[in-house]
Amino acid sequence: MSNSSSNSVPDLQAIVDRVVATAKTGEQIEAYVSRGGETAVRVYEGEVEHFVSAQSEGIGIRVIKNGRTGFAYAGTLDADAIAEVLADARDNVAFGTPDEYAGLAEPDGVAQIPQKFWDDELAAYATADKISLTKELEKLTLGMDSRVRVEESNYDDGWGEVAVATTTGIRESGRGNSCYVSVSTLADDGDETQTGFSFSVGDSPKEFNLPKAAREAADRATRLLGAVKPPSKRTTVVLDPYVTSQFLGVLSSTLNGENVSKGRSFFADKLGETVADPRITLVDDPTNPLAYTATDIDGEGLAARRNVLIENGVLKMFVQSSYSARRTGTKSTGNATRGGFGGTPGVGCLAMQLQPGTKSQEELIKGVDDGVWIQMVQGLHSGVNPISGDFSTGASGMMIRNGAVAEPVREFTIASTLQRMLLDIVAIGGDIDWLPSRAVGLTLVISDVTMSGQ
Amino acid sequence: MTINAPVSTQANLIEADVIAKVLAKGRSTGAEFSEIYIEDKRSTSAGLDDGKVEQVTSGRDRGAGIRVVAGETTGFAHTSDLSERGLLAAAEAAAAAARQGDGGVHKIALQPLLRHPVNNVRIAPSDVPKASKVALLERANAAARSIDGAIVQVSAGYGDSYKRILVANSDGVFSADDQVRTLFRVSVVATGDAGMQTGYDSLGHTIGFELFDENDVEEMAIRAAKQAIVKLQARPAPSGSLPVVIKQGSGGVLFHEACGHGLEADLVGKGASVYRGKMGELVASPLVTLIDDGTMSGEWGAIGIDDEGHPSQRNVLIENGILTDYMWDFLRARKENRRQSGNGRRQSYADLPMVRMTNTFVTNGTENPDDIVRATEHGVYVAKLGGGSVDTASGDFVFGMVEAYLIENGEITEPLRESNLIGNGPQVLKDIDLLGNDFAMGNPGMCGKDGQGVPVGDGQPTLRVKAMTIGGTAA
Repeated sequence: MSNSSSNSVPDLQAIVDRVVATAKTGEQIEAYVSRGGETAVRVYEGEVEHFVSAQSEGIGIRVIKNGRTGFAYAGTLDADAIAEVLADARDNVAFGTPDEYAGLAEPDGVAQIPQKFWDDELAAYATADKISLTKELEKLTLGMDSRVRVEESNYDDGWGEVAVATTTGIRESGRGNSCYVSVSTLADDGDETQTGFSFSVGDSPKEFNLPKAAREAADRATRLLGAVKPPSKRTTVVLDPYVTSQFLGVLSSTLNGENVSKGRSFFADKLGETVADPRITLVDDPTNPLAYTATDIDGEGLAARRNVLIENGVLKMFVQSSYSARRTGTKSTGNATRGGFGGTPGVGCLAMQLQPGTKSQEELIKGVDDGVWIQMVQGLHSGVNPISGDFSTGASGMMIRNGAVAEPVREFTIASTLQRMLLDIVAIGGDIDWLPSRAVGLTLVISDVTMSGQ
Repeated sequence: MTINAPVSTQANLIEADVIAKVLAKGRSTGAEFSEIYIEDKRSTSAGLDDGKVEQVTSGRDRGAGIRVVAGETTGFAHTSDLSERGLLAAAEAAAAAARQGDGGVHKIALQPLLRHPVNNVRIAPSDVPKASKVALLERANAAARSIDGAIVQVSAGYGDSYKRILVANSDGVFSADDQVRTLFRVSVVATGDAGMQTGYDSLGHTIGFELFDENDVEEMAIRAAKQAIVKLQARPAPSGSLPVVIKQGSGGVLFHEACGHGLEADLVGKGASVYRGKMGELVASPLVTLIDDGTMSGEWGAIGIDDEGHPSQRNVLIENGILTDYMWDFLRARKENRRQSGNGRRQSYADLPMVRMTNTFVTNGTENPDDIVRATEHGVYVAKLGGGSVDTASGDFVFGMVEAYLIENGEITEPLRESNLIGNGPQVLKDIDLLGNDFAMGNPGMCGKDGQGVPVGDGQPTLRVKAMTIGGTAA
């Protein structure tokens, strides 16, 4: 979102520039504004169940003085409201504890890598076409299997514009748009119902693969019909790409420099040590345009960059924002995150990716004598503790016997610790799936996991 | 009938005649129903971490969502522009989304404005100096750290919100509510020979700053700290099926997941609930009476009206094990010719309402809670549950235990590390074989559904589930 490109958003940039220009001596100010719109179409039984068309905008202002930080936001860009937000942020400064590391990002000379975030074709896509492709997805899914019903078929798109400016010299604006379709399925057999889902993403609707999404959503649900609760035992798990993406998402907080410096990561004293199987190289690379969360700037307006976090199993670095970098005597790695105008920057991985192997999922399954292919996990937020490392989630999937997919299983958990799972990775698939997530999917095989069922 | 009086004696939401025009515009393409939801929310939050008050945040969210229903299709638009022009433009967009056509001119007759307050707020958080809010954080921090040198990190958060809503629709509904919420949370990290462990506690009610007259943040912080310290000695949780005793007020999330979501009429209506077609049948142990009650004064999920303008109410969902009702919103009630039950809720003006829980709880049984533990030869005692989730169609659900102990020979013994428990809703409900007489509400919760979060409460007496699968690693 370079302000030198045609992507810049002059009117938003002008708003943040005006706010920053009001800074008094000894005061640092950051203003962040965003404006966006969304369309959501949901189809059920051949009819539009809902059609949402909406716009929103807002501003967040951070003021820092004598090491104290104050913040305020409002979901409007009215001039009166902006003045009130600035006054509130200034007022809030008095209540923070002085923190020698408090401060805004400063330009660090790292160049942005230009990417394309705006698609004119998507911006011009007609409403009627959005509705008809949502109906088409429902129809294709129903056609896959007579046992399948569709709970909902969805089309979603959004566009957004942001601008940020600081008294320290950050000045960026940009815009982007995106779209995806998703479908949720139910498969019935007598009294039993199982569920499935799938989605397809693209720069524009032209890139959607509706038949593939329909096939996956139908297969996920029907495959589980007749599933039984498996016995409890130690086994090998084969994680579907979607599950791997969720697993990497959990790991993200352990690689966060702020968590490390505050004693909330079990990796704190492990830099330079082997923390994962030597096959593992993990990068965070938002400069890869294939990543769904690709970006050219981070949440503070610094250039996004490619960072190698784990290389051949060895922990190389943590991701940093300007604040966590000051705390730890390092430099920002361009990993400030921001949840919109209503929040202040945090730290996080932006686009995680495991260096892929070469085998397909089918080949990986063939290599497993006795295991379980995990298609879905449930309760990552309730049974995984990234501070202690305890890992326990509900799961469903298919048993693997002698390299072949066997009966479906459900209502069991898989458990280990995050520390052990990284060391117990035995194979990595080549089946990269650019999912709509902060972590890319691929098939991952992990040994010595406890399955709890009967 | 036309209402000329301002909507609220407190200035600045929208005039009634503007609302009537907006609702009429919503029906201008032939839709049979239009609705406007207006929200003005102010919030204050403050966070402490690593010994420092990081910042105080002031927030303002204000806007309107306009919903138009034509047949089976809902059109929706929202705007943060509350001028008459902005609202009419949103109504036009919603109407166009619902149907293309000519519906002619409609006159909207609003009933007199109704308010259904469920709480008295004694001390409005907006009247309390920010310094007093920040002081709570510092007290909690000091208390948690005073317990033991093994406590290496503390974070604490304070939050309050004052949300004014106004809902009107083309059927004449015209309702308003002022919703105040005050919340405090503390989490700690302890470190020992076997690595790090965490402790957590939270407190939230739909009341004002008097919350802290009745509750001591230092006690809360100490509870969280002790939880982390105890867990330093924890052994891996068992793997496999065992009896599970859940402490009073700590496990309402079990019912929220095992059956609450499955009793939401939108999921039932799409055949995505394991409880579809089960009305009048025995779906739980006869010990179980399950209620969802938005009127419980002061509780975290309490609301005067739901976000469709319907007064909150007490709904008996399961009575002595028999399924007596689902929860309803406007659309589902209309489709199935039922009455709304006060369960139509939304995260904000930018979201469509859907069927949601409020305060969901199981009423008292007769057992002494100590006897329930004593009657358990070998099992798990859960003193605090974390979050959970459910697949309503299959009924499979999980929830996490964040503080748990082994039960050996009828006594609570060693602490266990965190893990998920998994079960199937209808089976677990039938497997509840002992129910205590010590009902308590639990911690404030945030329930997520279809991308929207709403505040919910839960509660239950101490109870036992005959068998559940514990997802640990120990043989």
